[in-house]
Formats: sequence, C-alpha cells, structure tokens
Amino acid sequence: MNRGFIAVALAGLGAATLLVGCATGPSDAEISAKTTSMMKASFNARGQAKLDRLDQDDAQKTCTEYSGKPLPTEVAQRIEKENLASITWPADGKYLGSWQNGEKIAQEGRGMQYSDDPASPSGANCYACHQLAPQELSYGTIGPSLYQFAKLRGYGVEIQKYAYGKVFNSEAYNACTTMPRFGHSKILTEQQVKDVVALLMDPASPVNK
Amino acid sequence: MAVANRRIVRWGAFALALAAPIVLGQGSAVDEIAKYRAALQDGNPAELWEVRGEGIWKAPVGPGKASLEKCDLGLGPGVVKGAYAAMPRYFADADKVMDLETRLVWCRVKLQGMSEADAKKNPFGGPNNKSDMEALVAFVTSESRGARMNVSIDHPKEREAYRIGEKIFYFRGGPHDFGCVTCHGEDGKRIRLQDLPNLTTKEGAQKAYTTWPAYRVSQGELRSFQWRLNDCFRQQRFPELVFTSDASIALTMYLARNANGAPFDAPAIKR
Repeated sequence: MNRGFIAVALAGLGAATLLVGCATGPSDAEISAKTTSMMKASFNARGQAKLDRLDQDDAQKTCTEYSGKPLPTEVAQRIEKENLASITWPADGKYLGSWQNGEKIAQEGRGMQYSDDPASPSGANCYACHQLAPQELSYGTIGPSLYQFAKLRGYGVEIQKYAYGKVFNSEAYNACTTMPRFGHSKILTEQQVKDVVALLMDPASPVNK
Repeated sequence: MAVANRRIVRWGAFALALAAPIVLGQGSAVDEIAKYRAALQDGNPAELWEVRGEGIWKAPVGPGKASLEKCDLGLGPGVVKGAYAAMPRYFADADKVMDLETRLVWCRVKLQGMSEADAKKNPFGGPNNKSDMEALVAFVTSESRGARMNVSIDHPKEREAYRIGEKIFYFRGGPHDFGCVTCHGEDGKRIRLQDLPNLTTKEGAQKAYTTWPAYRVSQGELRSFQWRLNDCFRQQRFPELVFTSDASIALTMYLARNANGAPFDAPAIKR
C-alpha cells in the first residue's frame, strides 16, 4: 500500500519535472546570448555594411529588449536624456537650409545599404513613412503626416530647433521610435539636416502650402 | 509537355494584362494599385519556374547519377506533396532544424555528391542568370498549394529556433536602428504605397508567409523566402544575410510557425 503510494508520487514528481523542463527550456537570457552569437555567424560584411552594424548601442539594445512591450517611463526618460545631450547643434545657430534640396533628400531612398555607392550622399527617404508635400501621392504611413508641419505648429525658432533636433536624433524626443537618428548616425550631414528642416519649416515650402 | 505549353499560353495573356496603363489619381492611388494587383492574379509566370524546377528535381546528376526524387523533405524520401507546409523542421539525420533551401542543399550533397559550395552557388537568379535553387523552390512549394501550414515546435531544437527567430525579429541595429519590427509591427501601415503585413499577429503572418515564394513583376524573377529575408536585411542596412545561415532558418521558423493553420497559397505573384 505504502510502496504503491510512493511509486505513484514519484511518477507524479517525474512528470512534473518533465513538464517544467518542457515549459521552460533555456532561459530568456540564454536565448538572447545564442541569438547574438548566431547573428554574428549568419551575416557577411558586404560593401559599406560591415559586421559592426550588428553591435548595438544602449538605445538599440534597450529598445530591442522592450520591443513589443510597454517601455517603462524611467527607461524612456534615460534614453531621451542621453540622446538629447549628444545632439550637435549647428555652430552658426541657423536651422534652415534649402527646402528644394530638402525635397530631393526626402525623396531619395538610397544610402548606407551595401548595394549603395558610399561616395554618393545618402537620402533620408522621408516619404517612405511620412506625407509631406501634397503633390507627392506615394507616401507611407509608418510615421505621422507632416503636411503643413509649420503652418500648424508655427514658424518660430523654437519649433525650428525642435525640428532640427528631431531629424538629427529622434530618440531624444520619443524613446524607441521607429524613426532613424539621421544626424547622430551620420546618415545625413549637418547641411542635409538643415535642408530637410527647411522642407518642414520654410513658409515657401510646399509642405506649408 | 502539354502542361508546360498551356502554361506558356496563359503567361502570354498575362503579359497583355500588364500593358494596361495605371493611372494614379488623387486619393485613388491605393484603389488603382489594388486593381492592378487583382489583374496580376490572372496568370502567374511562376509556373515557368515550377516546370523547370520539376525537371531539375527529376534529373540524374552528379557522380552517382542520382536525382532528388529520394530527397526526404520531412514526410519520407521522395514525398513532396505537402512537405513545405510543415517546414522548417528538425531532421534527425542532420541533427538540425532546416528550412527548404537548407534541406535541398543537404540532399544535393548527400544524394548527388555535390560539394556544399556548389550546392549553395547561385541561390538567387538575375538577368541572364537562372538559379536552379529558386526553380527547385518553386516546384517544391507549388506541391504544398492548398495544404494547411503545420509547423511543429515540439522538438527542443525546433522550439529553440522559434525563440531565437522571435528575438531576431525584434533585434534593432545598424545606422538606421531598424529591425523587422520597425516595418512589420503594426496593422494598416505602408511604405510609400506598399502595404506592410503586421507579422506580430497571426492573421498578418499567415497572409504574408503563405504567399512566398512569389514571382516579382518588378524583377521578372521568382523569389524564394531566403531571398525575401536577404533583401529585407539589405534594406535594414544590415550586412548581408548568409544563404541558409542559422539566423535565416530561425527567423523563417518564427514566421512559418506563426502562419500555422492557414492554407499555403504560393508561388504567388507580387508587384
């Protein structure tokens, strides 16, 4: 009787262990570590895209960790603070370049892919994700519409500075945004950032018509 | 032969349909593109790749003059019907989770005595460059048309590949901070005018995964799922994803498993 009970109890324990084993497997940290080493072994450097592009900075690492989950306020604030502090503001204090050049940069999708010529300037491909000038019907919707950007927000220097900072380093204003950090990551030059800001801010820009 | 001829005639009709002009009017651009996509469904040149792939599958080559007809895609040697709908999967003989392309490389090496380098050569076709691999993929996947996606994660290595694939999906990096999730994490988004599937939902993963491989009209090529991932990472500004690499298999496992339950409907035709 007793022996039978013990045998049943042991079998139950065995099944429970098996279940726990199946349910957990490697820990999340172990899977993350395996992912990192697997990715390193699964990509080849090609053209301008070297393997160091798989090394994540703090924002990338943190945003990966919280992707698909709510981002805690203190984490968001830390990322925004660090990125805001790293922005290089224009030495001449001017935020606006040429909106005509800005429109070209907003249309250009090439830049920094291994298939692109590293000697050519990169585009920002703004239209891939945003509506801007109303003449362009082929715009994406991953980001908000920027049509009438300054007409709605005002043309003042504070808004100019915000637009410059946002294009230069979007993580400074919205942690874990989908938008690239065009100045911070050296996708665009300072002059190119100014040109894109002009497309958004210049009263003569088609964006504000 | 008769089948091939009939297919080629239908392809001619398709070429005529393509000639119809696309007018992009204010506000109706998306509607017009929907009409264009509907018109495309009339005939699919992917059939040309399927026919060629079947020929390659059955051709005796290599030192042993062996065809691929004994290749085990998971349902037993030579069983092609429905095999793709249950891939990637764990293969005991290789002690590895493999997607279709990885398994085809394995069979070419083991059955036909090809070197691994030769079996992996020319994975994606281009102008004046036909890829045997993409043709084989077209043939094998066409034999799963209508089969319900049924990818297992019961084996610990399958489960691990799925979990790593999920991590890769959310991995953000490179100069643009992009990850798969950047474009494929929300409903109803588009890049320019191209609709983006939300691959984090069952419905989105099902719709997207079951329509690859696809004949791409803009490229005049049939594109495999390995190609799809390779080109996504290029646009993500990542280095080049290695053909049949472990990361490519893991990511495919994540997406294929999420598509479970949906009828497979490819090779499809896409812009």
